[in-house]
Amino acid sequence: MITLLEARNIGKRFGGLQALSDVSLTIRKGEVYGLIGPNGAGKTTFFNVLTGAYTPDGGEFVFNGSELPTGKPHKVVGRGIARTFQNIRLFRELTALENVMAGHHIRTKAGVWGVLTQNRFTREEERLTTERAYELLKYVGIERFADVVSRNLSYGDQRRLEIARALATEPQLLALDEPAAGMNATETAQLKVLIEQIRRDGITVMLIEHDVKLVMGLCDRVAVLDFGKKIAEDVPAVVQKNEAVIAAYLGGGKHAH
Amino acid sequence: MNELAAAIPWLGKRNPTAARWLILIIALVAPVIAWQFGRSWVRILDFALLYMMLAMGLNLVVGFAGLLDLGYIAFYAVGAYTFAFLASPHFDVHLPFWTILPLGAGFAAMAGIMLGFPVLRLRGDYLAIVTLGFGEIVRIFMLNLNYPVNITNGPQGINMIDPINLFGWDLSRNLQIGENFSINSLFLYYYFFLLAVAGSIVFVHRLQISRVGRAWAAMRDDELAAKAIGINTRNMKLLAFSLGATFGGLSGCLFGAFQGFVSPESFSLMESIAVLTMVVFGGMGNIAGALVGAFVLALLPEILRDVAVPLQQTLFGHVLLDPEVLRMLLLSLAMILMMLLRPAGLIPARARYSHDHHLSNKLKQEAAK
Amino acid sequence: MTPRTVVGVMPARLMDPTAAPDWRLVRLGKGIMETLIQQLINGLVIGSVYALIALGYTMVYGILGLINFAHGDVLMVGALVALQTMTFLMGMAPGMSPLVMLSIALLVAIVVCMLLGFTMERLAYRRLRNAPRLAPLITAIGVSFLLQTIAMIIWGRNYHTYPQLISTTPLQPIEGVFITPVQITIIFGSAALMIGLLLLVNRTKIGRAMRATAENHRVASLMGVDTNAVIAFTFVIGAGLAAVAGVMFASNYGIAHYGMGFMPGLKAFTAAVLGGIGNLGGAMLGGIVLGVVESFGAGYIENLTFGFLNSSYQDIFAFLILGLVLIFRPTGLLGERVSDRA
Repeated sequence: MITLLEARNIGKRFGGLQALSDVSLTIRKGEVYGLIGPNGAGKTTFFNVLTGAYTPDGGEFVFNGSELPTGKPHKVVGRGIARTFQNIRLFRELTALENVMAGHHIRTKAGVWGVLTQNRFTREEERLTTERAYELLKYVGIERFADVVSRNLSYGDQRRLEIARALATEPQLLALDEPAAGMNATETAQLKVLIEQIRRDGITVMLIEHDVKLVMGLCDRVAVLDFGKKIAEDVPAVVQKNEAVIAAYLGGGKHAH
Repeated sequence: MNELAAAIPWLGKRNPTAARWLILIIALVAPVIAWQFGRSWVRILDFALLYMMLAMGLNLVVGFAGLLDLGYIAFYAVGAYTFAFLASPHFDVHLPFWTILPLGAGFAAMAGIMLGFPVLRLRGDYLAIVTLGFGEIVRIFMLNLNYPVNITNGPQGINMIDPINLFGWDLSRNLQIGENFSINSLFLYYYFFLLAVAGSIVFVHRLQISRVGRAWAAMRDDELAAKAIGINTRNMKLLAFSLGATFGGLSGCLFGAFQGFVSPESFSLMESIAVLTMVVFGGMGNIAGALVGAFVLALLPEILRDVAVPLQQTLFGHVLLDPEVLRMLLLSLAMILMMLLRPAGLIPARARYSHDHHLSNKLKQEAAK
Repeated sequence: MTPRTVVGVMPARLMDPTAAPDWRLVRLGKGIMETLIQQLINGLVIGSVYALIALGYTMVYGILGLINFAHGDVLMVGALVALQTMTFLMGMAPGMSPLVMLSIALLVAIVVCMLLGFTMERLAYRRLRNAPRLAPLITAIGVSFLLQTIAMIIWGRNYHTYPQLISTTPLQPIEGVFITPVQITIIFGSAALMIGLLLLVNRTKIGRAMRATAENHRVASLMGVDTNAVIAFTFVIGAGLAAVAGVMFASNYGIAHYGMGFMPGLKAFTAAVLGGIGNLGGAMLGGIVLGVVESFGAGYIENLTFGFLNSSYQDIFAFLILGLVLIFRPTGLLGERVSDRA
């Protein structure tokens, strides 16, 4: 199988707290990869380092065979990694459609000159952006809210919209930070269908999730972080039986306060 | 324009086309009406149009990109002084209007980028103070650069600036039509400035509903998320600063030529604040808001000057509040009350950031299937 | 845009009598060492005033995250109210001892400013506590200009001579170095106030409540702290300090004016940022450092730029320092970070 992303010895420290130490993991093309662990284990920090929001203190990411730039979010997105946030972060004054259109920013080119003159290229690009955004809204199932300002959408729809916006950047790897947080059972089931659809369409998915059932049912492989260290990485069935993992989740083990 | 039309009470919602025509007609006949009250009112309208351009430029920075700029008037100053340097007896240089205009805009844009670079990483409130400092530094230099080499002529400012000359047509002279009919120079300036404002509206509107406008709005609403979808926020901020500054520079050129002299006191902090109040008063982030805000807050102090002073004379026998105090009172109260009571502004229309018809075409196609 | 009177901004040369005459005098015939000490003293005097004002900024920022733009204008109100009181007392009781008179005036100014601080917080800032981030700042700017306008209505546009109730005859502790009793009073007075404030914040119950609120509003209120009261109290204390600083500032320069609060306000803000905003010790340090840098800068700028720039550019230093600190060390000398990162 082809490796899409390889993290090598990633480390990140905040003051006295070692949020990530020597985390290495490998994500293969086309899989759904779960990143789990107790609260404060460093999962979101890993996302932030990967997507360039933070600069790692050590280590490197190799994506599609070449090294990823660190600390430069827009370059990471350009290389094909998109993310969502644990606490939804939409552009609140934009409509659903415009949110997704904004997501297409990096794949489009129109500059000030094109915009001011409204030349053929710009108009065509704008039309395509609109259509694509609409298609994506349909893809996640909220096209009827295209014209609704995003802050007025329901919680579940906001989650979907955020995924659509991330997809608009045309990623190869989609990193979802607790996409099922705050969802009820029906919504979670629908989300599962959506993620499977995304995977079928050829996009690799990386997933932070607390909902163990969702992770086990969805992920091909899972890595477990605890106190900034990777303590296991395998198929869900094996990880589930790993003693270190069980200890970490039960709050026992030597780290307990 | 549509937002502006929709904002007209009653008519706006029922018949937008009629509302649009109404605005156009008002814009065209306004100076004629103003003339009935005295020529100074036409002059005030001319200034109101300049304020509209400024407000639109600042709205780009504050309203669209969410960067609070308290030194905006500095760009206006750059434009005005560029014009004064290059078209006055001060250095005895007299370049043509169309040469200076792009230069003034260009220098202002450069100043915008110069200011933008160091302050990119700052949070909103710090940005505000640093831009304020920038504005003050520019003013201090204007005041003092008459020594040891006289560049700005210090507090006296620069006089006898050439008027606007459109390919040989001097706007400062009354236009003589036939024997006994002439159009006053103030009208000529009015219609020229009106054209400039109309052009600015088109430009700013196009920016707003484009990839660029969406990127600004995204950055304003959530900078982290904007980065996470690949927007290069540094470049977008610099772009906002420089484009906003360009508007300031252009209107500064027009101001210098129209007024005929420039001096540092036209570019005090109070003017930056005045333009900001116009944007806030009208509604941050929407063009119609900036226009209405500028129009109302440019005119109201003058009306007060005309009404309140005689009124105080008759009531108290002397003037308690002079017009300048009234203007400050009005602006500061407008700013506070607007923020407390109606933070979205006078015209709280939601700004669109995409072409309407693209989506409606798409939906029509869907329906046809 | 039509020519208007300059509003809100003080002509630098008018408001800058300390530094200018002193060092010019010094440069005439004194040695390098005396010049240095003289400028250090001048810097220390103005720096202590900046520090007092900076404390108000930093306390409010620490608790609310708000830059109270109108803080400088509270200083102006303090100075002018004290002036009004002194004028009144001079008319009523001409024989009163200057020190008593000054104390009464100071007290009145403090009370008025505290009321003003309380009112501002109550009427304007409290309602905006959860508003989008630009709203409180824009309101604060509005309040600043409103205060200036009201002061202009009450006291007019003129510069008022400030009664110098403490002697301004320079003493000469070292040959060639001058310091006036007013300046000595300023240094010791502000030092005493700062120590008092530190004790208040670190040793009292209300101080603990302030620190808790600054740490986390919600948690503090869950722990039984009345955060609204604490915030109001913070504004009141900051305003009281500003009132004292205003009287000091005006006494030092012998002049008062409706727009006098603007520049020292901005400089004190710079001082707060320089020291690390939200940090009391930082505000004090920043104030002193800024005062000294400014005093040295004004003294030497002419030589440094080969006569191209002169001391009328003095005000630029504060802005340059502000810009440089925010760009290169946004945490300030001692404080928390201010730039926006994930």
